[in-house]
Amino acid sequence: MPAKKRNSSFFTFINLFPQILQQTLILPALALVLALLISAVLLMITGYDPLTSYSSMWEGVFGSVRVFTEVLLKSTPLILVGTGIAVAFRCGVWNIGGEGQFYAGAVLATWVGVHLSGLPPVLTIAAVFAAGVLGGGFWAVIPGWLKVKLKVNEVVSTIMLNYIMIGLTSFLVTGPMQEAKKLFPQTDEIVQAARLPNILPPTRLNIGFLVAVVTAIIIAIILFRTPLGYAIRTVGQNPETARYAGMKVNQSIIIAMLLSGGAAGLAGAIEVSGLTWRMFATISPGYGFDGIAVALLASNNPLGTILSGFLFGALRASSELMQMNAKIPSVLFKVIQGLTIAFVIAFSLLSRKTADEREAEKSEALTASEI
Amino acid sequence: MEMDKRLQLINISKTFPGGVQANKDVSLDVKRGEIHCLLGENGAGKSTLMSILYGEYHPDSGEIWLNGEKISIPTPKIAIEHGVGMVHQHFMLVPTLSVAENIIMGMKPLASFLWDMKEIEKDIARFAVERGMKINPSALISSLSVGEQQRVEIIKALYRGVDLLILDEPTAVLTPQETHDLFETLHKLAEQDFSIILITHKMNEVMEVADRVSVLRDGRVIGTLPIANVTPAILARMMVGRDVSFNLEKSERAYGEPVLRVQALNLIGDKNRQILKDIALEVCSGEIVGIAGVDGNGQNQLALCITGLMKPTSGHILFDRKEMAGKSPLEFLKTGVGHIPEDRHAMGLVMEDSVADNFMLQRYNDKFFKKLGFLNMTAIMEYAKKLVKFFDVRTNSVKTAAGNLSGGNQQKIIVGREIDRNPKLLVAVQPTRGLDIGATEYIHKQLLQQREKGAALLLISTELEEILALSDRILVMFGGRIVGETSAGRANVDKIGLLMAGMQAEKE
Ligand SMILES: Nc1ncnc2c1ncn2[C@@H]1O[C@H](COP(=O)(O)OP(=O)(O)O)[C@@H](O)[C@H]1O
Ligand SMILES: [Mg+2]
Repeated sequence: MPAKKRNSSFFTFINLFPQILQQTLILPALALVLALLISAVLLMITGYDPLTSYSSMWEGVFGSVRVFTEVLLKSTPLILVGTGIAVAFRCGVWNIGGEGQFYAGAVLATWVGVHLSGLPPVLTIAAVFAAGVLGGGFWAVIPGWLKVKLKVNEVVSTIMLNYIMIGLTSFLVTGPMQEAKKLFPQTDEIVQAARLPNILPPTRLNIGFLVAVVTAIIIAIILFRTPLGYAIRTVGQNPETARYAGMKVNQSIIIAMLLSGGAAGLAGAIEVSGLTWRMFATISPGYGFDGIAVALLASNNPLGTILSGFLFGALRASSELMQMNAKIPSVLFKVIQGLTIAFVIAFSLLSRKTADEREAEKSEALTASEI
Repeated sequence: MEMDKRLQLINISKTFPGGVQANKDVSLDVKRGEIHCLLGENGAGKSTLMSILYGEYHPDSGEIWLNGEKISIPTPKIAIEHGVGMVHQHFMLVPTLSVAENIIMGMKPLASFLWDMKEIEKDIARFAVERGMKINPSALISSLSVGEQQRVEIIKALYRGVDLLILDEPTAVLTPQETHDLFETLHKLAEQDFSIILITHKMNEVMEVADRVSVLRDGRVIGTLPIANVTPAILARMMVGRDVSFNLEKSERAYGEPVLRVQALNLIGDKNRQILKDIALEVCSGEIVGIAGVDGNGQNQLALCITGLMKPTSGHILFDRKEMAGKSPLEFLKTGVGHIPEDRHAMGLVMEDSVADNFMLQRYNDKFFKKLGFLNMTAIMEYAKKLVKFFDVRTNSVKTAAGNLSGGNQQKIIVGREIDRNPKLLVAVQPTRGLDIGATEYIHKQLLQQREKGAALLLISTELEEILALSDRILVMFGGRIVGETSAGRANVDKIGLLMAGMQAEKE
């Protein structure tokens, strides 16, 4: 009982902050700290020194300008895919297809980037981005359409479409889209004009990170400050009520999927035009799946994916360094990631519950005063 | 202990884990051969108290005495061993088994280890008749009406040797005739020295059937009185804690033009089941047309068709002479149809969203709530504050999630929102279900005010009292058809009751 008491007063304190701050900053940060503490115990039990481990982790994120920019580069696709997934989840569609949508965007963007010549860089890049958005959006609209027209469960269809797209990519880079030299399973490089401007030479940091942040902000505004976003959220919370309110439920689902896949596809386009300059079969180390974790950590708030995308990008980047320096298996970052998500879900449930109880109490007091 | 006391509860208190104190120092007694009503508004703690007596909940403190002996009741099984049985609002019967099979389910065979069903059926039939009830023991539960199923539940309890029978809001699912039959049965049982505890929130039932009544409010017993000493007004004051006006002021009014005209409406559902058959009706401006009927006779689907949420298979829905059948819900909204839906949780509110969001629900695309294409949060908040005040919604702030409000206040959001859209036709389905007297009174007044303003109202309710109090004309639905029409007025109650039960009224 006393533990419960402390809990609820703790969350009463958390609830003093506006919900947006809770979702985008406080809860993810708290969850991460707790996950790091528990992982420290795990490290100790398995015979590693948590202090060395974490300090090399710190080094891997903030140790130099170069590693920090690498973290930002890793965060970029996570922020975008996470933002997209957040939109779909808000609409009640369980889009597990971020990976396939990322690939679809990357493929189409590469095709445009390789073949489009003669335009100034601004237009070329715009065309590459548009291709990414279209590719990813199209790949997400398919399961959306299957869901509304044929009632196909989107979890199944998006996972299937992941496999199809990954397979299709392998085929393309060894067949129709393979480089002219036909040596490696990869495409030719995209044209110079299609490559994203670097913003901090000699690092690899390009404008892609800024594009991701701005996209997350724009999608947050669409979701929370426009009639379209209101419809999307209402459909996600209560489709019956949405219908009752005259909203076009099916249309909202399709649009949400278009936004969702579009963001993932844009991530693919940025990966190609900013970093790899060409397409190959293993271009994504699982960004599409990590995007789900990013969205969950941010309570499906696109603004929050900026921080949560950065956190997971940092974990991913630094765990590699940790493996080199402290000889700790880099899968540790999976453990930390999993714990963080579990905590953030628990926290947001608890803080929501505490808030509800308080509100209900207050409203009940008001109702009682009626008589 | 006096020996004629079958039951005595002393200072029972119960607080739920969430912190709701459902019972506070409740003491009451029930005599042998008595029909004792437990009256109180929704949430007063009636069901909780009886679940404690039946062993489903455990009291935090207090004593239970049965036949002058102090006992504890940890489980329903022990309760039944002490002769205490309970019929819940939701029946617990297996629809695919026969009456007899349901009745003996879980009992030990008496003689051998095998049941002899023929013998048992005979025994059950005899047992029931002796206690004034008729039942066919070999019939399947699924073939029985709701009233008959309830009878099976009662026999099931009595067959296990129960002589203190608790009934939780038994009339909620019954037609007036079935209610009447039930009360007759209860009287017969009481004559045979059975004790009955009847939970209800309807005062007229108390007046009709009780020997004594205990009124519960906010978990406390406000008083226990013999029926000779009470009037409905006294009971209402005890229930609510203040005077309640029973008579709604309703002006005489000439109706205007027909606003809604439904013709030859048919709806065919799954497995070719005819849900609505040849429905024809008309609602004029300034008129309230009530649709009475037992739940599940097509009323809800009719409401969904008239608001565009369901597409009829054939027929016409004319709104101001314009054909609307087959149009989208949005088009219905735009032509001025308001809708208070049957179930505010499933439809009508987004519980996780704020009060403010719920107030603008259908108008999220109005220019009134937009600025340069974005939602105008200031306008949304101001509008919600205005309506919260006007419709007296008790909420901490307009940013509170709707799910945190009490049922009555949630319903006020819906009613307020629909009324503020100035509908030409308002379809109100069960507008006061689950609400306390205060909120019910308030919503009835709002509906009558809409009538004054010239709106056409279609009121669908399973509460006959509500239909009688508000309607200008009453239609009765049974089996997907409109089986009769009467003018308003209590004089027609019997006729309406027969129609609700599916019996054609005698030709006049
Ligand atoms: N299982 C439960 N957990 C928490 N609160 C409950 C539970 N059951 C009932 N309550 C609360 O206890 C109060 C009394 O409920 P109940 O006994 O069902 O009232 P009644 O039967 O008179 O309508 C209500 O405020 C209700 O919300
Ligand atoms: Mg109850």
